[in-house]
Amino acid sequence: MEVFLQQLINGLTLGSIYGLIAIGYTMVFGIIGMVNFAHGDVFMLSAFIALIFFMLIASWFGAGLIVLALIVVLVLAMFFTSLWSWTIERVAYRPLRGSFRLAPLISAIGMSIFLMNFVQVVQGPRNKSTPPMLNKSITLIESTTYAVQISYKQIVIIATTAVLLAIFWYIVQKTSLGRAQRACEQDRKMAALLGIDVDRTISITFVMGAALAAVAGVMYLVLYGVVSFHDGFIPGVKAFTAAVLGGIGSLPGAVIGGLLIGLIEVMWSAYFTIDYKDVAAFCILAIVLVFMPSGLLGRPEVEKV
Amino acid sequence: MTAPLANTPAARERDLVAALKEAAFAGLVTFGLCIPIIAWGTRQNMDNVLVLDPRWDAVAWAVAIVFVGRFLVALRQQGAADRKSLVRFLPHGTFAFFQRHSRTFSAIGLGFLVTFPIIAINLAGWGGALKWIDNFGIQILIYVMLGWGLNIVVGLAGLLDLGYVAFYAVGAYSYALLAKNFGLSFWILLPLSGILAAFWGMLLGFPVLRLRGDYLAIVTLAFGEIIRLVLINWVDFSGGYAGISGIPRPSFFGIPFNANDDGFAAVFGLEFSPLYRTIFLYYLILALALLTAFVTLRLRRLPVGRAWEALREDEIACRSLGINTTNTKLTAFSIGAMFGGFAGAFFSARQGFISPESFVFMESAIILAIVVLGGMGSLWGCAIAAVAMIGGTELLRELDWLKQVFGNDFDPTKYRMLIFGLAMVVIMIWKPRGLISTREPTAFLKEKKAISSDMVQEGHG
Repeated sequence: MEVFLQQLINGLTLGSIYGLIAIGYTMVFGIIGMVNFAHGDVFMLSAFIALIFFMLIASWFGAGLIVLALIVVLVLAMFFTSLWSWTIERVAYRPLRGSFRLAPLISAIGMSIFLMNFVQVVQGPRNKSTPPMLNKSITLIESTTYAVQISYKQIVIIATTAVLLAIFWYIVQKTSLGRAQRACEQDRKMAALLGIDVDRTISITFVMGAALAAVAGVMYLVLYGVVSFHDGFIPGVKAFTAAVLGGIGSLPGAVIGGLLIGLIEVMWSAYFTIDYKDVAAFCILAIVLVFMPSGLLGRPEVEKV
Repeated sequence: MTAPLANTPAARERDLVAALKEAAFAGLVTFGLCIPIIAWGTRQNMDNVLVLDPRWDAVAWAVAIVFVGRFLVALRQQGAADRKSLVRFLPHGTFAFFQRHSRTFSAIGLGFLVTFPIIAINLAGWGGALKWIDNFGIQILIYVMLGWGLNIVVGLAGLLDLGYVAFYAVGAYSYALLAKNFGLSFWILLPLSGILAAFWGMLLGFPVLRLRGDYLAIVTLAFGEIIRLVLINWVDFSGGYAGISGIPRPSFFGIPFNANDDGFAAVFGLEFSPLYRTIFLYYLILALALLTAFVTLRLRRLPVGRAWEALREDEIACRSLGINTTNTKLTAFSIGAMFGGFAGAFFSARQGFISPESFVFMESAIILAIVVLGGMGSLWGCAIAAVAMIGGTELLRELDWLKQVFGNDFDPTKYRMLIFGLAMVVIMIWKPRGLISTREPTAFLKEKKAISSDMVQEGHG
């Protein structure tokens, strides 16, 4: 029971990171029907940006106020990652809008290869590790053999995710921007006819997705304390799995899917074998797509001729 | 004759200012992108602590290059507002010309490929030819063959497969394991590897073929990764990360390529040279690639090939005309997989060593890029794209003279995949339908007329 509780906490932490990345996938897919393959690498890039800002702050002001530093880094990483994503959309995807189906996907794969190798060239191929931070933890339950602990890191990650998701939810549901996004998702041509600037809305969608990926990147760095240039691919695919599991195009679905994938991965590692945890995630992707293509909360696709 | 409006001094000045504004904006964005990822490099120092190296010179260079580039592009675009395309590399009708004489060009191309080893030996000598035949000839031909194999799935049947490398891996491991453990010969195992890969294609194809488009792509990607992860983790079976080494090399119909008395050189009365094996491998992969092309061309004329192409254009129409879409897709999947298996068996015989590192997702992406960049369904396009992308990146290894320009730390091979990724994006923007984007009809009245695929309406599928 204690082991299960501990794994539940670990799984929720990992799952919130996947959920944050998954939102970027699901929003872009919802609005332009394209798998943004470079999203995982944008996440990796944001972890690098966060790493560099952490080190800058540490060298300028010392490592005293870690929480304040975390907030500053979070804001900076969100801004600069969004700028990257905005540029990528502008350069690599916008010229291909309305082009044939495979063109944006190939462009996105090319962008993913580019980003991965760009980071490798400018920051070197080795793993980059930060000094450990927020290492203390609280013991929740203590039995004779096992103590269930929740570390400060995990509290920070889960709390930040929850707060940002709430803000994000408010933007999509209550503001005119969110209304424009939902309109574009339903019918882009009609939205344009009604005076919505579709290009701008799509740009903002990419920016929002990247900002949440940047949060995930900062959290990833805080959780593991190490990042390397190829760290974007596997979390990216898992986050996409999460988006599909939750029903692609559905925002709450992406978060639920992310949490589920995180839990499954952690439980699998704890109770079966850690070697095959990625295989488990990919198998879930295949099984879900084959038997439940619209996911948990997605709308079934209607075929019109 | 009145001068066009854009040539008046005032208008030109306005253009200049507008272009400068554009360029300044692009420069500003670049500056933002460079912070902090270029401006500070992370480095492990002697005590294994991460330290930052400021690199503002690199940022300045990047901003300057983007500023000047954007300025020039903006100026050109204003001057060429009424011109149709910015750059026209080839005169009008080039493609039509190539199409009309495609038989002649195929013959010329084939002639060049067959005589390539001889040309290479004559130009580069016996020592230098090894590199050209091995790194360029064989390497490019492997990708041409993989591209043509995947072309059956993606180009003809329109099924987006991001896990093609799985079948390549199945072929490679089938050959390696069966040859090492049971001592079977290359010529038995080559067809066997293909058949095994085809079975895997069917096995993986069955559950996923109800899916379409991007979903199919992601599931095939997942399958590709699953096979790679199993190969890594099932150490008893595949050797894990260490891979399999000492794989038997192919023989010349029973005569091995070695320096012994019964070796190839001795039997034919030649002086021993490792080049013979390379040349033999070159002709082997050439034959395999040509077999793929031949089968593709023939299959296009069979009912099943026509069903594939119909499926690519419109799946719903296919179903309403009574085509069994499941069988059609499965045949495409397994025949494509079979050629992947052949290529895999060849690959492990050539390398003598395989490990899961050779079958990462990036390989699938490269093969798919070759198919799409070449223009889906076009054999010529695939070949050209493979030469450009693989040959081009291999050429970067030859650019040692750049060290004199940029200093000794400069290593062009570091930028290999960076340029590859960028090239994918640029080619897609320049020609979204691929380099050769015409569709040749398989059924026609009197005369065959190829049309640009821009005119083809995309159906569901």
